[in-house]
Amino acid sequence: MKPLLAIWVVLVLLLHQDIWFWKDRSLVFGSIPIGLAYHAGYAILAAITMALLVRFFWPGQLEEEQVYVADSAISADPARAAAGSEARL
Amino acid sequence: MTRALIVFAYLAIVLYIGIFAFRRSKTSSEDFFLAGRKLGPAVFLLSLFGTNMTAVAILGSSGIAYSRGIGVFGLMASSSAIVIPLTIFFIGTRLWALGKRFGHMTQVQYLRDRWECAGIGTFIFALTAAMLVPYIIIGVMGGGQTLEAISTVDGKPWVSYEFGGALVALVVMSYVFFGGMRGTAWVNAFQTVLFLCFGAIAFTLIARSLGGFDQIMQGIAANPRTGPLLSRERMPAEEFFSYMFIPLSAIMFPHISIMCLTAEKMGHFRKTVIFYPICIMLIWLPSVYLGVVAASQFPGLRPGEADDVIIRLLTANTGVLVSGILGAGIMACVMASDSQILALSTMFSEDIFAFYGGKKRFGEQAQVWTGRAFVVAIALFAYITALALKDKAGIFELAIRFAFSGFAALAPIMLGALFWKRSTKWGALAASVWVATCVIGTGYLTRASDSIAPRPPGAPPARAAAPSAALPQVASSTRLQPDAPLLGAARPTSAAPRPPAPPVQNNPGLGNLFLRNATTVTVFGYLPVLPMVVGSALLMVLVSLMTTPPSRATIEKYFPSNSEKTRIA
Repeated sequence: MKPLLAIWVVLVLLLHQDIWFWKDRSLVFGSIPIGLAYHAGYAILAAITMALLVRFFWPGQLEEEQVYVADSAISADPARAAAGSEARL
Repeated sequence: MTRALIVFAYLAIVLYIGIFAFRRSKTSSEDFFLAGRKLGPAVFLLSLFGTNMTAVAILGSSGIAYSRGIGVFGLMASSSAIVIPLTIFFIGTRLWALGKRFGHMTQVQYLRDRWECAGIGTFIFALTAAMLVPYIIIGVMGGGQTLEAISTVDGKPWVSYEFGGALVALVVMSYVFFGGMRGTAWVNAFQTVLFLCFGAIAFTLIARSLGGFDQIMQGIAANPRTGPLLSRERMPAEEFFSYMFIPLSAIMFPHISIMCLTAEKMGHFRKTVIFYPICIMLIWLPSVYLGVVAASQFPGLRPGEADDVIIRLLTANTGVLVSGILGAGIMACVMASDSQILALSTMFSEDIFAFYGGKKRFGEQAQVWTGRAFVVAIALFAYITALALKDKAGIFELAIRFAFSGFAALAPIMLGALFWKRSTKWGALAASVWVATCVIGTGYLTRASDSIAPRPPGAPPARAAAPSAALPQVASSTRLQPDAPLLGAARPTSAAPRPPAPPVQNNPGLGNLFLRNATTVTVFGYLPVLPMVVGSALLMVLVSLMTTPPSRATIEKYFPSNSEKTRIA
């Protein structure tokens, strides 16, 4: 999944350079220039891309490291360990 | 006068928010500088976004769209919509995790420890501080000029530039002083809501008053002089491409990276990165669109005047109340310097005061009060500079423009630190020196070539015209006009917005190496940010490979192997 997502992100970055609409003055829905509509859609595509990254590429190991450190700190410190048990109760 | 009263009410609200935050605060430095790393998801998203939004989003973008067309959205907004969330996702989350693990409160603390070198941190501290100070000064200048303009009745300002600047500096200083990061984040969240509501209300009211946009847009398309505004014909492809690199600066701005450390949980980043592009679209899309609409409503404005088109549209199509809310919105933009002041204060108290033994010697409370004293000092310095150099805003605008490129070019250093074990302090130092040299060099080349800068007939000098790149945050608001000219809006001319003049060679002996356009010097047509980022990345890699990496212990600390994680657990 990760290589596919990496390709997807590169593709999205490339899609920003929409040379095909560079000189196109046509209007979408009668009042929105097509180049503007494209880039508004691009912003939505960016949000979708970020949602995909969050779903499949989330750096969960960073959160786990916090848990390791917090747990080790509590076990090393009796006062914090006691506070931790109280909190859990 | 009503507009000024609404703005005063706005200032009172943000001041109250700061004082309210003070009541919730504790005495620790982490609480003052990072809101105790306890910001919730909504405030985190809104404040991170608000910290990054400046006057250019609402006012500047419409001014540039007026003369250059709809391409401004792709140039500045949709590029940011993908690049900024990506940097927050890859860099921001890691900074957050490292800050939580090792107690870092600034980028410099991390870089010093990561490369086992105090000097590299001090150099980067000096470089980032130097690139940040012009923002704060121009924020105070913008505040004074905005209040003066808003309060002007019959050509007479009720609030002078000096008093307006003092008031803005005092309000910002007060809520940062009392509220610290918590107050600043809450104010920024409030401002973001104001931006979003203001954009929606303004767009709806103008659309209703003009009877929809269909006919206007078709009229613009039919006119051969305004037709190019509906495409990117007035935008060189090299410039459009270069702009993809500018948003790399966001995460390297100290106030943004420090803001990343304030989230209570890493999960808060999830919604932030997903909704960030949508927020950008909601603010920029109406602004750019209205800028193009203004080309048919107020034709013939010169580049400097065009920055006010959205205000002209509002004044011509809405009442004084909406106009007053607009004034508050502008103040919100101008006062974006709050987080920059706090970031500088955090950097000073952590990277200088605490690093050189102040915290050990005098205690944590003294460190917090040092930070507060620094907030007062920097606000005073900004105010005095704003008074002394009242007519030299162009210098600071120029400095800000190149600061964007400078911060963007620092991104490879952070990427190297976070993702590449083999990166070294010497690589980082070489890249930092390159960035500093380029910022000074491009600034010098641009100023030295002002006399040959191409400009359309009748346009003001290059820097004043500046619908530029990187966006002096108050460039637009500093050009606000008093009531009467705003209401008088349209000039008696039917001329369409002028296309930008083609660039000229800076030094004919060097061919197209350095080209000068209306606002800046380019390298073969590309903005300086492109060679700066590429050069910084290359130096980081090459010099790191030639020098000794950090000790094994440090590498294990920042890149723990699985066995190390098991051992810790």
